[in-house]
Amino acid sequence: MNYETVIGLEVHAELSTKTKIFCSCKNEFGGEPNTRCCPVCTGMPGTLPVLNKAVVDYAIKAGLATNCSITKYGKQDRKNYFYPDLPKAYQISQFDLPLCQNGYIDINVDGETRRIGITRIHIEEDAGKLIHDDYSNESMADYNRCGVPLIEIVSEPDLRSPEEARVYLETLKSILEYTEVSDCKMQEGSLRCDVNVSLRPVGQKEFGTRCEMKNVNSFRAAVRAMEYEQKRQAEILDNGGVIVQETRRWDDVRGESIPMRSKEDAQDYRYFPEPDLVPIVVSDEWVEEIKGTIPEMPEQRKARYIGEYGLPEYDAFILTSSKKMADFFDATVSEGAKPKTASNWLMGDISKILNDKELEPADIPFTPAQLAKMIALIDKGTISNSAAKKVLDAMFAEPADPEALVEKLGLAQVSDEGAILQMVNDVLAQNPQSIVDYKAGKDRAMGFLVGQVMRVSKGKANPQMINKLLKEALDKA
Amino acid sequence: MDLYTLTAHEIRDMIKEKKISSKEATQAAINRINQVEDKVESYVTVLADEAVAQAEAVDAKIAKGEDVGALAGVPMALKDNMCTKNVLTTCSSKMLYNFKPPYDATVTEKLKNAGTVLLGKLNMDEFAMGSSTENSYFKKTKNPYDITKVPGGSSGGSAACVSADEAYFTLGSDTGGSIRQPASFCGCVGLKPTYGSVSRYGLIAFASSLDQIGPMTKDVKDCAMVLNHIAGYDAKDSTSVNIEHPDFEKALTGDIKGLKIGMPKEYFGAGIDSEITTAIIKAVENMKALGAEAADMSLPLNEYALPAYYMISSAEASSNLARFDGVKYGYRAEKFSDLLDLYCQTRSEGFGAEVKRRIMIGTYALSSGYYDAYYKKAQQVRTMVMNDFNKAFETYDVLVTPTSPTTAFGIGEKTSDPLKMYMGDICTVSVNIGGLPAIVIPCGYDKAGLPIGIQIIGKPFGEATVLNAAYALEKTITKVRPNL
Repeated sequence: MNYETVIGLEVHAELSTKTKIFCSCKNEFGGEPNTRCCPVCTGMPGTLPVLNKAVVDYAIKAGLATNCSITKYGKQDRKNYFYPDLPKAYQISQFDLPLCQNGYIDINVDGETRRIGITRIHIEEDAGKLIHDDYSNESMADYNRCGVPLIEIVSEPDLRSPEEARVYLETLKSILEYTEVSDCKMQEGSLRCDVNVSLRPVGQKEFGTRCEMKNVNSFRAAVRAMEYEQKRQAEILDNGGVIVQETRRWDDVRGESIPMRSKEDAQDYRYFPEPDLVPIVVSDEWVEEIKGTIPEMPEQRKARYIGEYGLPEYDAFILTSSKKMADFFDATVSEGAKPKTASNWLMGDISKILNDKELEPADIPFTPAQLAKMIALIDKGTISNSAAKKVLDAMFAEPADPEALVEKLGLAQVSDEGAILQMVNDVLAQNPQSIVDYKAGKDRAMGFLVGQVMRVSKGKANPQMINKLLKEALDKA
Repeated sequence: MDLYTLTAHEIRDMIKEKKISSKEATQAAINRINQVEDKVESYVTVLADEAVAQAEAVDAKIAKGEDVGALAGVPMALKDNMCTKNVLTTCSSKMLYNFKPPYDATVTEKLKNAGTVLLGKLNMDEFAMGSSTENSYFKKTKNPYDITKVPGGSSGGSAACVSADEAYFTLGSDTGGSIRQPASFCGCVGLKPTYGSVSRYGLIAFASSLDQIGPMTKDVKDCAMVLNHIAGYDAKDSTSVNIEHPDFEKALTGDIKGLKIGMPKEYFGAGIDSEITTAIIKAVENMKALGAEAADMSLPLNEYALPAYYMISSAEASSNLARFDGVKYGYRAEKFSDLLDLYCQTRSEGFGAEVKRRIMIGTYALSSGYYDAYYKKAQQVRTMVMNDFNKAFETYDVLVTPTSPTTAFGIGEKTSDPLKMYMGDICTVSVNIGGLPAIVIPCGYDKAGLPIGIQIIGKPFGEATVLNAAYALEKTITKVRPNL
């Protein structure tokens, strides 16, 4: 039978606030175990939480950027469950009055715009991490991550394919990056998601029974998990079986999911209003203030690149999908580089080096001004394109003024007509057969001779001038 | 004259006037502890050496003319649910038998800054759940007026300690009457401040929306003096209220002319010992003689406060006490097979029967499918009870009631009947439900010579009014000291 896939996503994003959600500990990744925590975030008896206002600011910002309405009178709730990484044995979260509700984002799939509903965005605290030592068969708790502020963004079941879900995730990621709500560093777990998948026969209105997948740690894993689940459910249905509502754990190494718990075993979290905290009252002025801090979003920026700079849509999309990349591009252009040239370098060689080194655009070691200068050196004819690639490698290794690097590496192009002419004459004198071949109409001879002149010049001769002078000399010969 | 019999404000003044040293005051209290503690058993931890060292340090500063704080050198003790850095804080539970907090509670810090000397930590019902201090894992505290009787609870240690002159003042905590009922049983003064007056930071939580710390003292002036030093906004407690508090000691004028007293008839009917009712009415007569006006009135919804209280407090407790799981600190079961078993064994062995009972009640009340019928309903009742009070305070300045249906009962008398024990809280819980301030002072003694406490309830942040009413009344009462 033909099935339609229905997907809903719950995305957890760590906020990039300076301090944690309920204490003044710094909100930083990593550190030696249990060195980035205090009595409050480790839930020592008697301690009390105090809500960091910046967390509310960031969550509202995410809500506004996803077209949500902001809850004017909200509260926080306790979600009770036992686990060693949760030192209070409850997580302070939001239950029935999330900070943001009823929003949407538009995504582009195969040239079509699809509107995906956002059910809610709520704030909560992260838990610590357990480190299992198989050798000693012990588990150790690291509470550094306790109290790191999170938002959970719950989508409506509006997604219809794993690919759509992937685009949704990419779009959401860029929104969070653009608004600087989250640094979205996947490797550090600042963006995580739970995936809900169900199938229904094409044309049926009612949703099928859904399964939730946990432990999905990358967008790639999310797509794989959804594809796996799609297939698994279809096989069950085709064989006349029924889907059991359950939570499954995705194992990305083995490429399969295994049941964690069924609906019957679903935990009762015994939510109730957190009595240690006061209601979150959001005034219209507060919302307006935050509205004023929302920057140009990816869609607007893409339109500007196409309209103002004449970039192809594809280039504009790639550049704007990362805010850091787009910021770098804008800065390079404002330093005088031609938009198309800057875009080519960023999307081409620079992206390739970043990928090879597993770096993010934020990690580019040199400044936009330095890139603009390098481009200017090509435009002036000081260096060739191939020399520029060497300069770029050097800039990644040890950021410095491109002019100084050109000097240091001896890459300056020879554009002195007399010097090049001398080389051309020498090469022609040594290769009489090639002159004969050229006259006989063999194009390859021209290429060979250019290469020889380039070799003699150690790659520094201006290629356009070699071509011009060589042609003149051959025509005379 | 024995120094230990003096009030905290007398000790404060004498140290200030250099008539005595802090060391002398401290040594007198320690001698008294050595003399009667075997009988009373109010302390879980006595810090004799540390207290003397602290007192000597204060004396040295005084000698040098340094600023040592307004309560410089006054020895006191804290209920064992208030965190004291690197000093055992057990909540009288096996679960925290070895727990030394890495930080000071805000009240601990404030009293330190005021220059007080910490004598030790006081016994209580385990995690403040109980009305007799019989639920302590460590010991049963005795009533100084009759050591076969309970001191009340849960701040039984704090009440017995100050009543037996084993400290010049103590702090207790009150979730449903835990300061006031033991103050009544032990014949001392106890004040539960308005919810939000005193920071709860560092008070190991029983029921977060009801818990308040308050002074337990030898007289009303001490109570006002201590409240001055512990009340106030604390950025570390989101529920603490940022308002200007008056100087409570200066508010004690003794003038209660025109004070409008309401006597809710629900508190004077069946179920209250007639000796108690008589003593309360006599006390009100005394206040009328000083110019106050009293009238019978009604708080019709107060009868629902007790069940609502047990729902809300148990629900919050079930969550607050979940962190005691054997993973991070405190007691851990010796034998367990896996993670779930570690939790089950640790909590089965570490908690006493009453704590487990409340956790089960609270877990049930919060469970999906029951939440609306229990927890939510109880919260609605809470709002109704608050409205009941608000309406009463449109007419009256204070409300006067008994504190407990009986005077101190015998040790072991009610332990087999939890419901009977819960019913004893009938006069005190509505005050917590309403978040109101209330003071208890002795207003007489029954035939057996056991103290009878009168409860004076005020408007939110009306501490100065209830303190002054109690101050005026106190002058008309002849105090009988316990004979230890």
